[in-house]
Amino acid sequence: MADLGAVLKVARPRALAALRRFSGNLERAEDAFQDAAEKALQRWPDDGVPDNPTGWLITTGKRLLIDQARRAKFELDVDIDAAAEDSPPDTSSLDDDVLRLIFTCCHPALSDDAQVALTLKVIAGLSSEDVAQAFLVPVRTMEQRLNRARSKIRNAGIPFRIPDDSELAERLTGVLGTLYLIFNQGYSARRDALTDARVCGEAIWLARLVRRLFPGHAEAGGLLALMLLHHSRHQARVAADGTPVRLMDQDRSAWQADLVDEGRALLQTVMAQHQPGPYQTQAAIAALHCAAGDIDWPQIAALYAILEQQMPSTVVSVNRAVALTEAGRADIATTLLRAVAKAPGVADYAPYHLALSNTAQATGDLTTAKQALHTAITLTPNDTERAFLAERLAQLKD
Amino acid sequence: MEYVMFIYNAEDRWAALSEAEEAKIMAGHMAILEQAEKDGTYRGGNRLMDVADATTVRNHAGKITVTDGPFAETKEQLGGYYVFECDNIDQVIAYASLLPHDDIGCVEIRPVFPEPLEG
Repeated sequence: MADLGAVLKVARPRALAALRRFSGNLERAEDAFQDAAEKALQRWPDDGVPDNPTGWLITTGKRLLIDQARRAKFELDVDIDAAAEDSPPDTSSLDDDVLRLIFTCCHPALSDDAQVALTLKVIAGLSSEDVAQAFLVPVRTMEQRLNRARSKIRNAGIPFRIPDDSELAERLTGVLGTLYLIFNQGYSARRDALTDARVCGEAIWLARLVRRLFPGHAEAGGLLALMLLHHSRHQARVAADGTPVRLMDQDRSAWQADLVDEGRALLQTVMAQHQPGPYQTQAAIAALHCAAGDIDWPQIAALYAILEQQMPSTVVSVNRAVALTEAGRADIATTLLRAVAKAPGVADYAPYHLALSNTAQATGDLTTAKQALHTAITLTPNDTERAFLAERLAQLKD
Repeated sequence: MEYVMFIYNAEDRWAALSEAEEAKIMAGHMAILEQAEKDGTYRGGNRLMDVADATTVRNHAGKITVTDGPFAETKEQLGGYYVFECDNIDQVIAYASLLPHDDIGCVEIRPVFPEPLEG
């Protein structure tokens, strides 16, 4: 018997999108899909999985909606009697409706938190419990957040539509941003490794879906490549006792070579499309970090310089300074960090002080190196990391 | 669906606008009106006088207090509104995007509470 959960997961976006179109209402579509999926779990073990599970779920969900509409007398967006005799749906033409559903969940009129929660719940089909666990909030809070988002979709008239060409690029960037937020939630490794890996896995699953729907959009592929390359290291990133392991100390044999290879190949494909963007640049940096042998720091520093143009931020500048120092250009790094020092929030940003310390050490300015490392320690919340930095400070003092 | 688009401006910034800057914003309003008339979605709108001419009235358990000025002192003040009848929020966002506020203000879109259904 096939893994029914996996079959339902694959079928979900198209089936749910079709039911959303049919019912004109997201909540009714979610309920109808849920009921249809439960029926499938009862029937398929005996009857076997149908040839077209998506079609089966849509037909079953539509029947449920028609029954409900007749009983409760709510209106569907279609003629009920005609729909009741509908032939099985053509599932291959449903991708546009999946897109409409994604653009609904990632609409900019919804908060980031709401977009992330809705995307995981509606598109990826996670339970409210799982979404709550992923975001370290009580289930009740997550359910409230989801319900608030659903009522805003309804009350504010957030449409089930694909944005016009003039809006599309920006809206798609918004979708990618939401998927990246989901990925980072898992990648920041603050819970048990299993939950983290699953959240990253869901983000990758969603990114694959968006990549398939927008094959011509290089950044969609860039985001997927970035996730694959990062996620390839997830088993090596955390030690058995739960403490994070730094990149240079990781057991490379625990990296997932298949993900590295897939990420690299995908990055090459999308870079050949000549639409550069920050996800591709970050993926290229991640790919260099995954390389066998010595890390090519000059190349990484050059990529961070590009990223600074594409996506200016203090974090990017600090990373560039780190790469420059590693590449033997602490002189340029010093100038860069001096420029960054005035930016808001830098005073409390531990990686800045760490970068400053390393750069100062490289240029022989031990006073600054010690001072900055001391500041970095006071700003680091993680015990293991703090202990590691304290050890380095002790070495500096010798 | 009916939507109200509230237009907020920093009045001090507005008062200090050059003629060219003001013309640019007024052209934005004209573009909204033109597009909404063309779409058949325009239901009304008004520009308001400055908050210097606002009066706030409160009724606390029957005790009426009338005070000079707006209900809240904020950096940006309500300066006007439009009412549109649109299919969805994207259309209203598109109208709002025609207004070149820069750092002078912003708009807030609010759906109108639907009329209770008859019967």
